[in-house]
Amino acid sequence: MAESKHPDAAAIPWWRRPKPRSYMFQAAVVAATFYALYVLTSNIIANLRERSIKTSFDFLNETATFAIPLNFFPFWDFTLGESVYWDVFIIGIQNTMLVMLLGIPSATILGLVLGVTRLSPNFLLRNIALGFVEIFRNTPLLLQLLFWHFAFFPPIYNSLPAVRESILMGGAVFNSAGIYLPSPVLTSAAGWALAATLLLAATGIWWLRRYSHLRRMATGHGLPVFSYGLGILVAALAVFAWIFSDQITVDLPAKRGLNYSGGMRPTKEIISLWFGLTIYTAVYISENVRGGILSVSPGQSEAGMALGLGRIMRMKLVVLPQALRVIIPPTISQYLNLTKNSSLAVAVGYPDITNIWLGIALNQTGQALIIVFMTIVVYETINALTSLATNLYNRSVQIKER
Amino acid sequence: MPAPVLRHPTLHWLQRNLFSSWLNTFLTLLGVLLLWQLLPPAFEWAVVNATFSGSDSDSCKYIDEHGEKVDAPGACWTFVKIRWPQFLFGLWYTRNFDQAWRPVLAFILALAIITMLMLPFITPKRRYHIAVWALLLYPFMAYALLNGAWLGLPEAKTADWGGLTLTLVLASLGIIAAFPLGVCLALARRSRMPIVKTYAVLWIEMFRGMPLITLLFIASVMLPYFFPAGTEIDKVVRAIIAITIFQSAYTAEAIRGGLSAVPRGQYEAAEALGFGFWKSTLLITLPQALKISIPAIVNSFIQLFKDTSLVLIIGLLELLNVIQVAARSSQWKGYEAEGYIFAATLFFVFCYSMSLYSRGLEQRLDTSLAARRAQQD
Repeated sequence: MAESKHPDAAAIPWWRRPKPRSYMFQAAVVAATFYALYVLTSNIIANLRERSIKTSFDFLNETATFAIPLNFFPFWDFTLGESVYWDVFIIGIQNTMLVMLLGIPSATILGLVLGVTRLSPNFLLRNIALGFVEIFRNTPLLLQLLFWHFAFFPPIYNSLPAVRESILMGGAVFNSAGIYLPSPVLTSAAGWALAATLLLAATGIWWLRRYSHLRRMATGHGLPVFSYGLGILVAALAVFAWIFSDQITVDLPAKRGLNYSGGMRPTKEIISLWFGLTIYTAVYISENVRGGILSVSPGQSEAGMALGLGRIMRMKLVVLPQALRVIIPPTISQYLNLTKNSSLAVAVGYPDITNIWLGIALNQTGQALIIVFMTIVVYETINALTSLATNLYNRSVQIKER
Repeated sequence: MPAPVLRHPTLHWLQRNLFSSWLNTFLTLLGVLLLWQLLPPAFEWAVVNATFSGSDSDSCKYIDEHGEKVDAPGACWTFVKIRWPQFLFGLWYTRNFDQAWRPVLAFILALAIITMLMLPFITPKRRYHIAVWALLLYPFMAYALLNGAWLGLPEAKTADWGGLTLTLVLASLGIIAAFPLGVCLALARRSRMPIVKTYAVLWIEMFRGMPLITLLFIASVMLPYFFPAGTEIDKVVRAIIAITIFQSAYTAEAIRGGLSAVPRGQYEAAEALGFGFWKSTLLITLPQALKISIPAIVNSFIQLFKDTSLVLIIGLLELLNVIQVAARSSQWKGYEAEGYIFAATLFFVFCYSMSLYSRGLEQRLDTSLAARRAQQD
């Protein structure tokens, strides 16, 4: 009531009251935006006209006039002279996703190991890990990538034997011309069936966990979820392999003429990029892991001890659930960083979206507006999905206060 | 009960920290093995077998029994020794080496300002004045020194800047220019005006979702379209615009964190004094928020400092690119590693000292319960 019946309410001129002021200010902001947009658009139109560039999406169906370097794991294939710019865009996304999918698991594992090592009671290991973290955290990722790609890996490739004396290891071939891995080849029916099998197994394991939990609540005895779950997965895969045995082949690298061919060929670019991104991201994840474990007060672990829980149970039931709440959100944002940083692919020549789409395709077609817009959409989609995941996770682990 | 056996403190320490259990002993041995595999060869390469003398790449090679030129087994620091003016000051200042005092003086000036800000006997108010004046004046002084035309010295255009100098210019200018923008964005994002708030959210989220490289690419391609036809925009300026926009989003988030950490009572106290928005923000809440957000800003500055190396992608000759170009010349082919290690050392020194500073600051400013307990322990 004091607010609405200000003693001098009438004495304050209307333009000094908060509401009208906020309206005026926002109106001014909107007007300024429209003016800026008008100037920008007219400049852009004038510039485009001067360079006689016609902006339209038609170029997406034109044949791309440049070759994309060898694809590792070609989900969407590129043929020079046939593929159109739309293919270039999809391949760019595919390659960015590929680095992301390869990098996230390896960075997570290395980050976990580093983070736990930094908390080790062993003086020597702890400090080796600390040195590792500080070195890779305080130098630019680009420098690291250049170092791996131009200074670290070449001597290793050079020390590999010539094609005639290739190292053969369980179907994989290593020689100075490159690395060849055996790759499974599925017919598309088998591919879908494999996806369905994995989904089915996952559902089964989820039900198993739920059943085990309910049983523990009712009787006090759960089930060994991990070994049973592993059993379900192995059984499902075995059934799949038995049914589709005639549709699965393994493409082994074989010597044809002077060199090997066939199989999967991880290019030198993707190896350097993956290696560099893994180490750089792992260092940041390790800091999250360390901080998360330290954030659980020792009293929690002691309370678990008082309940008679063993070391592993204590970690699993008391410390980790509390630590994960701290660890996971910043780690998801590190995954996003990894994806964004994969745009440094340009430096080592890996064909990711920034490199072949924003770089080469823009140069070839001059369709700056559309290409820039499409690239921004891709990155913003990845960004939005990541923050959605973080928000969902945060909501699910929020401490429920009653 | 028998008295505890007295042991030598060193032995005690060794047992507790390295050999407390079988597993621990095993891990220690593993660590020693790792270091043994890494350090002696590295030392041999970098120091024992390395070449420090000479004036060209031939001094890093020797003639073997077949009469062929072979690389010496160690590092070739001659590369760095011969090319360091390029690495630090870029090509123009190497050609006009008598002018190299200008970037050095600019750097010393910056160091002097930072030292003044850290001196303990300077009162907070004076420190505040120094900081404001430095932020306003230093960019112009640095430009005057580096460019030289204003001082009647031989002119070095922005396109001529290079090496570590350019890296430092981009990073510091980026953070200084992004600062006011970041403050405005942070205030806008906390504003009650829906349109202003939406703008701020869109801006911040959009530029935080994009890699800096993508933004640099876009800036180098799109900026000419945004300005009236015929306007020439320097490559360095394009990079600075991109970096400023990118950094403003991160600075805004850091400051927003600080603003929301200011206790509510402070806002209410300002209102109780009858302060309007600007007065209460500028005199009461923002100074406190800035103090809280300094560690976060320093951290994002470290990130930015590392990220400025990305301008090599759009062809600017900063530290890494200069090394890259030098190591591709016919004479120094194959000596990338030495150059990269030199650059890595420089970056490490800068980033590590900044991160030590920000960590110290964080500890001093952290008044949370956990931190106070940790200090008591």
